Amino acid sequence: MKNYELVIIGGGPAGLAAAVSARDHGVERILILERDKELGGILNQCIHNGFGLHTFQEELTGPEYADRFIRQVKDRGIEYKLHTMVMDISRMDGSGDKCVTAMNRTDGMFLLQAKAVILAMGCRERARGALNIPGYRPAGIYSAGTAQRLVNMEGFMPGREVVILGSGDIGLIMARRMTLEGAKVKVVAELMPYSGGLKRNIVQCLDDFDIPLKLSHTVIDIEGKKRVEAVTIAEVGPDRRPVPGTEERYTCDTLLLSCGLIPENELSQNAGVTLSPVTSGPVVNDAFETSVDGVFACGNVLHVHDLVDYVSEEAAGAGKNAALYIQNGPARDARTVEICPEGHVRYTVPRFIRPKQMEEKLTVRFRVGAVCQNCSVATYFDDELISRRKRPVMAPGEMEQVILSRAKLSGYPDLKKITIRIEENEERKAGMTE
Amino acid sequence: MKRELTCIGCPLGCTVTVTLDGDTVSDVTGNTCPKGDAYARKEVTNPTRIVTSTVRVSGGTAPMINVKTASDIPKGKIFDCIDAIRDLIVPAPVSIGDVILADAAGTGVAIIAAGNVDAIA
Repeated sequence: MKNYELVIIGGGPAGLAAAVSARDHGVERILILERDKELGGILNQCIHNGFGLHTFQEELTGPEYADRFIRQVKDRGIEYKLHTMVMDISRMDGSGDKCVTAMNRTDGMFLLQAKAVILAMGCRERARGALNIPGYRPAGIYSAGTAQRLVNMEGFMPGREVVILGSGDIGLIMARRMTLEGAKVKVVAELMPYSGGLKRNIVQCLDDFDIPLKLSHTVIDIEGKKRVEAVTIAEVGPDRRPVPGTEERYTCDTLLLSCGLIPENELSQNAGVTLSPVTSGPVVNDAFETSVDGVFACGNVLHVHDLVDYVSEEAAGAGKNAALYIQNGPARDARTVEICPEGHVRYTVPRFIRPKQMEEKLTVRFRVGAVCQNCSVATYFDDELISRRKRPVMAPGEMEQVILSRAKLSGYPDLKKITIRIEENEERKAGMTE
Repeated sequence: MKRELTCIGCPLGCTVTVTLDGDTVSDVTGNTCPKGDAYARKEVTNPTRIVTSTVRVSGGTAPMINVKTASDIPKGKIFDCIDAIRDLIVPAPVSIGDVILADAAGTGVAIIAAGNVDAIA
């Protein structure tokens, strides 16, 4: 059995940044396992620009952003295996080490011993089966990401006349992409009363090409036995059920689904890692360590991100903390404090902090569950208001953050919990608390 | 003439109304910050975009390469740009920054590679 200090599962943006950081913090024997034929993960099919504005102050395409990190990995001589699928992660008997079972065509099935493991497997798209769309099951129904891969990497057009369900960023990006490649995108339907995508994408991917966006609409029928021939969409009420009489039929040969992303955590679950029912990703502390000692998580396997820059930042934190674990052994403070999300804050990453070991400035990221206007993000240590930051608007499609300070926390040795809550601004009071 | 735009300066996405007197902007309303004013003025007088796409590769480890305009081009030229590269085939290897087409559709802006494709060994 080959022995490594650190095995990283996934060679996308999270795995790459974690590897670079772990090496820079002194970890020598690192192995990245990637199931695709190249490093870079989903970035390889994201040919649009806008990546890296925070990290590099440039607007890069996905492959360009990936290339920056792939170079760093190669410059450092970090080992990686492509075409390799990880089957299982388990604890070694008699030590805290992990046993990683993986396979590929050259090595067959093999076992690796690792002091620490970083989960960086990313996420996958919600498929038709999970959406319960009625109708036939013909060819021509793709997830937006599959269509993206076909068009951008394989060079195939999946269809000519397109309806898109879901206004997540991939759906919006694909509306533009298909249009540029000569397809007619007839409509984008979104179940919710707001788009799940960035404003900039609505303007530059839909408005620029006069593609209509129908909010509070969903697909209620798919026609065609061999190939999609038409889909019917209808308006939905506040209960998200179709409103009779609002049906509209669109002839088309293709339906793209952009209805959300789900962290891919089968491996984590088998390894005994506790998952959050809200994010479907592991519950982690400020070190990005999961409920299993020495198993860390970062990137979209942890929670789905809006910007890759935040993935890289988080992954660097996971890499650093994995290095500390490898060098010093488990350092879990007996004392951890839970962060409790309230009032439209759906979850926080991390969920637990260790007030003594955490970074001096710790970024806590979260998403809101509804569009919040004229609100504030309030942070409480037990019942004491610590900070209150006004936000004119927050939307589920964009990540929000709160920065916690270790110095500040040191003044609260008996702290039981931290609460992060969205509160409505009372006009008069707002002036005083700001 | 009036035109309504959604500002992309921040997530707020203000609806900005621009009043045009011929080709000159006479009024901008609805924006809540100076970014919105600047965005709206540029968007109605000289809207530009970075265009990204793919081009076919021959003899490479992948069939397609990511390309982009080296800088932003007039919005009205997007389809001309795409048409100009539609039938191109570039031989591998191709690396980030390689010029694929010196002048995209008379814009004076080059199309450059935004990815890497190695040659088949």
